[in-house]
Amino acid sequence: MYRVRRWVVRHARVFEMIYRRFEPVLVKLAPVWRRLGHERVEAPVRRVEKAAKGALFDCQMCGQCILSATGMSCPMNCPKTLRNGPCGGVRADGHCEVKPEMMCVWVDAWEGSRQMKQGDLIHAVQLPVDHRLTGSSSWLRVVRQQDASSSSAANRETTR
Amino acid sequence: MKFDDEPVPGYSLPILPGHVSPGRLERVLRAGKFAITSEIDPPDSADPAEVLKRAAIFDGYVDAINATDGSGANCHMSSAGVCSLLTRVGYATILQISCRDRNRIAMQGEILGGAAMGACNLLCLTGDGVQAGDHPQAKPVFDLDSISLLQVARNMRDEQRFESGRRIETPPRIFLGAAENPFVPPLDWRPLRLAKKVAAGAQFIQTQYCFDIERLRDFMLKVNDLGLLEGPDRVFILPGIGPLASARSARWIRENVPGVHIPDAVIARLEGAKNQKEEGKRLCMDLLNEIREIPGVSGAHIMAYRQEHSVAEIIEATGVLEGRVPWYPGRDDPKALNPESPEALSL
Repeated sequence: MYRVRRWVVRHARVFEMIYRRFEPVLVKLAPVWRRLGHERVEAPVRRVEKAAKGALFDCQMCGQCILSATGMSCPMNCPKTLRNGPCGGVRADGHCEVKPEMMCVWVDAWEGSRQMKQGDLIHAVQLPVDHRLTGSSSWLRVVRQQDASSSSAANRETTR
Repeated sequence: MKFDDEPVPGYSLPILPGHVSPGRLERVLRAGKFAITSEIDPPDSADPAEVLKRAAIFDGYVDAINATDGSGANCHMSSAGVCSLLTRVGYATILQISCRDRNRIAMQGEILGGAAMGACNLLCLTGDGVQAGDHPQAKPVFDLDSISLLQVARNMRDEQRFESGRRIETPPRIFLGAAENPFVPPLDWRPLRLAKKVAAGAQFIQTQYCFDIERLRDFMLKVNDLGLLEGPDRVFILPGIGPLASARSARWIRENVPGVHIPDAVIARLEGAKNQKEEGKRLCMDLLNEIREIPGVSGAHIMAYRQEHSVAEIIEATGVLEGRVPWYPGRDDPKALNPESPEALSL
């Protein structure tokens, strides 16, 4: 919901902290996910993820979440699905060019990122979306990635 | 300024040391000259002569011509088509690709095709939303955004790889550009966002229309502080300007064209004038004179939609080319080619 997601962005720092606690728990449970089988847990985890992130961020389940690099404002709510910042069409009042009734997702993202400890992640160049991952669980993807490279702690991707 | 290897129409120039493209725009910018670019409004027509006619308006006044790609989300002849026609007679062109209309497969193909046709400057754009144009019922694609497109294009050139990783035999030798809009929110992010574009591969920037010189000055100061105007990976910035036809049209643009910021003072100045069209041109000249004095500015991009003939007048009046006559077909040998003739196309 629009109002909820804007409230979340205003409290981006709190959500950043929650996520930082939540991620290691998910990763620690890696053996459990493995035993149950990733394919079998994908559907229930996806449902939980969709419900939780849908309610809070209007998550569109792109499957490659970058919320922690976007001030907790989901870039997939941008009508142009931009992943690297605002377009040049932002209105003088900060609203969207395509949907004038909506605040620009990236104006919100900028505000949110300024509150976050790792807010400067917003300056990282994001790769194009892999559309094969649309609809899949971003959480499990990160668990799998970190599980696979658990020995090398460097360059760890974060769960969002 | 003349090069000793001025173009043979249809053939690429040699690539100079430290350059990425055989293009004249890169040469002029790296030589430290104040560069002028302008844009063609592609015709709603399949007539090649119409394209050459529109380009000839700028003869002797511009270093490169942008061919817009469905600007304002309106359907016109493609940018690649216009560039291909123009490069055949030797013009320097800037191919525009907007992420709105094509996915990454089509865009990468276009980059190769454009480079093969001699379009050696590429402007990577996000594009206006489809709601702004004449086909609001169209599907907006946005598979990539302008920054990921820049990165893909740079990897095609420097790594000789498609986005998939597959190898490209002969890479496109292109000078990479992007747009920026220093005049709309979030203002404090805009210089940093430019840094992101440079990190992704942008080498030149053409901005949205500038009518607010203070905002541009502020932006340029910050861009300079970020160190983006130095070193081999520096970026060249060409602010966009253009003549407003009247106070009424200025108001219309402000309300209907996404991302154009026109301060009230500008509209008041037009309103107070006897001849608003003349005043619009004078305003554009004043802006150009102010812009060229801003440290770090490398040139200007003149967008004179439906007033293309005024570009020459604006450049003459301000003297920004400092006596330079950019190459155009027939500059050195007037008898050689009449670019408006159909024979010019049969090269």
